[in-house]
Amino acid sequence: MIELSVIDLALAASLVLLLALVSMRLHSNISRQLIIASIRTALQLTLIGLVLKVIFENVNFGWIMLLSILMLLIAGREVMVRQERRFKGWWGYAVGTFSMFLSSFAVTVFALIVILGEDPWYTPQYAIPLLGMLLGNTMNGISVAMDRLTHAAWEQRNIIEARLMLGERWDAAIADYRQQAIRSGMIPIINAMAAAGIVSLPGMMTGQILAGAAPVEAVKYQIMIMFLIAAGTGLGTVAAVTLGSRHLFDERQRLCLDRLRQP
Amino acid sequence: MSKARPLLEIKKLRRLMVGPVTLSVDVGDCLCISGPSGSGKSLLLRAMADMDPHAGNLWLSGKPAVDILPQVWRTRVGMLPPESAWWLPLVGDHFRNGVVIPLEQIGLQDAIMEQPVMRLSSGEKQRLALMRLLSNRPRVLLLDEPTANLDPENTQRLEAVISDYMREYEAAVIWISHEMAQIERVANRYYELSDGTLLSRSIPGQQ
Repeated sequence: MIELSVIDLALAASLVLLLALVSMRLHSNISRQLIIASIRTALQLTLIGLVLKVIFENVNFGWIMLLSILMLLIAGREVMVRQERRFKGWWGYAVGTFSMFLSSFAVTVFALIVILGEDPWYTPQYAIPLLGMLLGNTMNGISVAMDRLTHAAWEQRNIIEARLMLGERWDAAIADYRQQAIRSGMIPIINAMAAAGIVSLPGMMTGQILAGAAPVEAVKYQIMIMFLIAAGTGLGTVAAVTLGSRHLFDERQRLCLDRLRQP
Repeated sequence: MSKARPLLEIKKLRRLMVGPVTLSVDVGDCLCISGPSGSGKSLLLRAMADMDPHAGNLWLSGKPAVDILPQVWRTRVGMLPPESAWWLPLVGDHFRNGVVIPLEQIGLQDAIMEQPVMRLSSGEKQRLALMRLLSNRPRVLLLDEPTANLDPENTQRLEAVISDYMREYEAAVIWISHEMAQIERVANRYYELSDGTLLSRSIPGQQ
């Protein structure tokens, strides 16, 4: 493996700076965001690198759990802020976070115990990257799906209420939008699986190969990860959309748009 | 369920600035409500259809609303909103239960069922929305300005259809209307909603 020096990274950063300069010339206000995002990437990844170093060197279930929960809570916040018309109050945070917990943790634990079978099962070298991959992807799926669901409920409120007025149950009245929401949450991973290897070489596999792993071994890991992500994203999206759509109605099956925040 | 109980009974119904409203309607009643826009007429109907949270109690044929599943309540106490909504491509897709009154009585032809909703005029939509509601066979009709988009001829047809339906299915109607002439034609009771209070009025032309 070729070790990267700080200078190597600075060279990569110079490309981003160049891009920022170009967009400044075009009077695009994206350059500021670009710089901030780049700095965040460098800082956050360096920090997590140091944390992982410590955690890998002292395998301790408590510390691993703590880091996992921290990752979950941050992902939960990310899911929340990405929705324009999210639920007001603690629901806005809880729906996404709970669904991610349900799907990502369950799938990660399954992969660690049943598939990988490392001893102890929570060996951080496997547990943390797997959980991170799953959280990152379910986070995207859930936030897209929830955004879609709450938007549809708001924009199609006349249709939903007309169906209620005609005596449909709440779940029938919102069924179309629920399906669309779940679909839009899962489309990215389905597309990624369909294009994998043909159009793009997935990032995880590329990383392993760059780091010197045998391509066939890297591919096997990538296939496993893709399947885990698909399962996790699917489960998480279904859970969030199911919980969310129920919470759009009260106990008398009335559409409660006042439970959504105005953008 | 006692026989003496009215078809729909409403006690101290309140929703935001509307109410408390207490009234009851019986089979054959056509109760018209008018009032300035923003006085809460639609809010009142929505509360009766249990579409919004509200205070107060409602009974249908003596049975408390809280003991009736909401989807059943809304089938029996059917509300026609001012704007009709359609969610399937063809008109006929929205009529799973068929129609209870021939379409020609409201000036439409059966072939309209095969048409895409996109091609309907607003007047056709409004009349079809009423027919769709009637196909649920509701006992109480809550009509929110049902003739707002209709020409005089179709207005008359719609009034006739509602009166036929009421007789045939032993129903009652609560009807929001702005038009005094219409109220005179259809109402047997008339109220005005003013500052959230429902005031009994004599039917115009019958003083």
